[in-house]
Amino acid sequence: MNAELSAASTGPAGDEDVLLRVESLFKYFPIKSGNPFRRTRDFVHAVDGVSLEIRKGETLGLVGETGCGKSTLARCVARLYDLTSGRVIFDGQDISTWSARRMRPLRREIQMIFQDPYGSLNPRRRVGSIIGDPFAIHKIATGAERKQRVQDLMELVGLNPEHYNRFPAEFSGGQRQRIGVARALAFTPKLIICDEPVSALDVSIQAQIINLLADLQAKLGLTYIFIAHDLSVVRHVSDTVAVMYLGKVVEQAPVEQLWAHPRHPYTDALLSAVPIPDPEHVSERQRIILVGDVPSPINPPPGCRFHPRCPKARQACVDSEPELTPRLGDAAAHLAACHFPVQDGEDISKSRPSIGADLRVIETGLVGGS
Amino acid sequence: MLCTTGALGVRARAPGRVGSVALLEVEDLHVSFRTADGIVQAVRGVSFHIDQGETLGIVGESGSGKSVATQTIMGLTRGARVSGRALFEGRDLLTMKPEEMQAVRGAKIGMIFQDPLSSLHPFYKVGWQIVEMIRLHDHEISKAHAHKRAVELLTLVGIPQADRRVDDFPHQFSGGMRQRAMIAMAMALSPALLIADEPTTALDVTVQAQVLLVIKRLQEEFGTAVILITHDLGVIAEVADDVVVMYGGAVMEQADRLTLFTANHHPYTEGLLLSLPAYGGERERLRSIPGQPPSPINLPPGCPFAPRCIYVMDRCRIDVPPLAPVGTDSGHLSACWLPHEMAGRERLRRKILGQAPSERAEA
Repeated sequence: MNAELSAASTGPAGDEDVLLRVESLFKYFPIKSGNPFRRTRDFVHAVDGVSLEIRKGETLGLVGETGCGKSTLARCVARLYDLTSGRVIFDGQDISTWSARRMRPLRREIQMIFQDPYGSLNPRRRVGSIIGDPFAIHKIATGAERKQRVQDLMELVGLNPEHYNRFPAEFSGGQRQRIGVARALAFTPKLIICDEPVSALDVSIQAQIINLLADLQAKLGLTYIFIAHDLSVVRHVSDTVAVMYLGKVVEQAPVEQLWAHPRHPYTDALLSAVPIPDPEHVSERQRIILVGDVPSPINPPPGCRFHPRCPKARQACVDSEPELTPRLGDAAAHLAACHFPVQDGEDISKSRPSIGADLRVIETGLVGGS
Repeated sequence: MLCTTGALGVRARAPGRVGSVALLEVEDLHVSFRTADGIVQAVRGVSFHIDQGETLGIVGESGSGKSVATQTIMGLTRGARVSGRALFEGRDLLTMKPEEMQAVRGAKIGMIFQDPLSSLHPFYKVGWQIVEMIRLHDHEISKAHAHKRAVELLTLVGIPQADRRVDDFPHQFSGGMRQRAMIAMAMALSPALLIADEPTTALDVTVQAQVLLVIKRLQEEFGTAVILITHDLGVIAEVADDVVVMYGGAVMEQADRLTLFTANHHPYTEGLLLSLPAYGGERERLRSIPGQPPSPINLPPGCPFAPRCIYVMDRCRIDVPPLAPVGTDSGHLSACWLPHEMAGRERLRRKILGQAPSERAEA
């Protein structure tokens, strides 16, 4: 994708192309304290000020490690969680404070596909009735008409409509995921949130589901938020990718731009950690191996949240939080939150932090190719 | 801490292993289970070998039998009908008495599983569990000494402040740390062989990189051989010396890493690689393998991959192809009826594809 082009098409606020806008969204979960006399409560800072935009018909990839808040963000967007603060503007309407009753008609337009095709389908119910649920809930189409619409959906996602009366256990993992997709498509939603839709599937089946999602997007003009920890899958499906770390977006860019010029050291490390199925290039690749684990989201580190693990950390990273903005003369669509962004061709595995060196030892090395 | 690329860093791999005895030699392993639905033929005639210090990757989808094969070798498949041989240091693991097996398991062969949370006991401190493991096999060692060893091991696998963390409970560890603790436990008695069953599947890529590095370093330090079971071809490309590709309980192809990725022979291997989202490629359609893996209760009569193969011939549906060498490379084996000489295979494949374009349509 051309970086300049996409930058130019990112219009000002109110752009008609924008399907979803998230403005400084916060979601804190209170933690129950064991001591009833303790006044102050602790909070998990699951999403800590995220702003995003998705245009119609595009796919936004959300990546980050476990616990970085990507699923929470998606659930806030779908209003499965109430927001702590911030705004969610869907199709021109601010839905951030809508009641459950008022949200109901809108639920047809925002749908979710979940990771586990075994856990997200009721094993005691027939597939036809599972896919027919949205019609029952919204009291649309009954009897033979509902059956017809369900069978049309089954056909659309590549299931045999004759299997209408089967149970989920009679389907394989890939087929079950198709059932989940069919259910999400019942009312031709505008936005589908795919939360790790292929992570539980085998490689050969993964490709089938990814192709199906791509076909449906082209056919029905769907917009996706695609959450996955497999970065090669995200790269394949996304137009724009947002990288999250500890509740914040640390970098956001058109997909090829992000892979070619990662600016945030975390993005750089994340991309370099992906094993490439190409043994000929393994030995050439220098990997950035991050030390330690993601800090607790209850007390996130001050300044840049990545500084305790960052090979480029300086004092400024502790003192002030970097803004999410274009760095090093990048196009307007490429945002990074880093005081010392990675230059093109820079090898940050050779960098050493100038602060807190006692806290960590930066390990770098080649994993493969002896 | 980084091992210098000295004697241990570079592993000399004798091609064809002339004169050397393999550390583990599995021959014609069959494993089946009797279930209410019928007999599950989980493993059907699998053979492979691994030399000292080598890394063998076993790839396959769920239900391909890759885990059952290794668990059977370790004597962990109770109630299964097993035949074949698994010679470890010259002794057959499959016919060993339970007490003898006990002495091998953990001490000579270490194991790491996919889910580190369910492999660690939640009620006992991590250190205690490592100490118990050491004392079970080493009756001489004092408690204090074993404890000291546990701290050493945790330090070795990169747990920060191991002297303090040794008294933590498993839930106080993060996912990556738990997996490191499992590695520490598996390496406690410096086993000759480490079997890692999807060790990084439940982990984030950044943590996966850390864990793979830890395994690699320990391997260089102790000369341990590693059997790495995974479905991630990226991991295989980075760490395996030799690769076994399994499907429907049988070995489809076996080759060294480079050959497998660049000059593979079996259509299943090719299909697996093609279905990956290309790392550097554009956003084109993925070339998925149509259909589903076969049921291990109701396997097709010929080649198990025949129903999904784009090059399928009549013979494939009747006879099971033997695992035979490809070309002149004795280390490269493929179980496929296509000619085992590359130019001939290419000609026949073109001919088949030209004949039946309709069959190639994606299911």
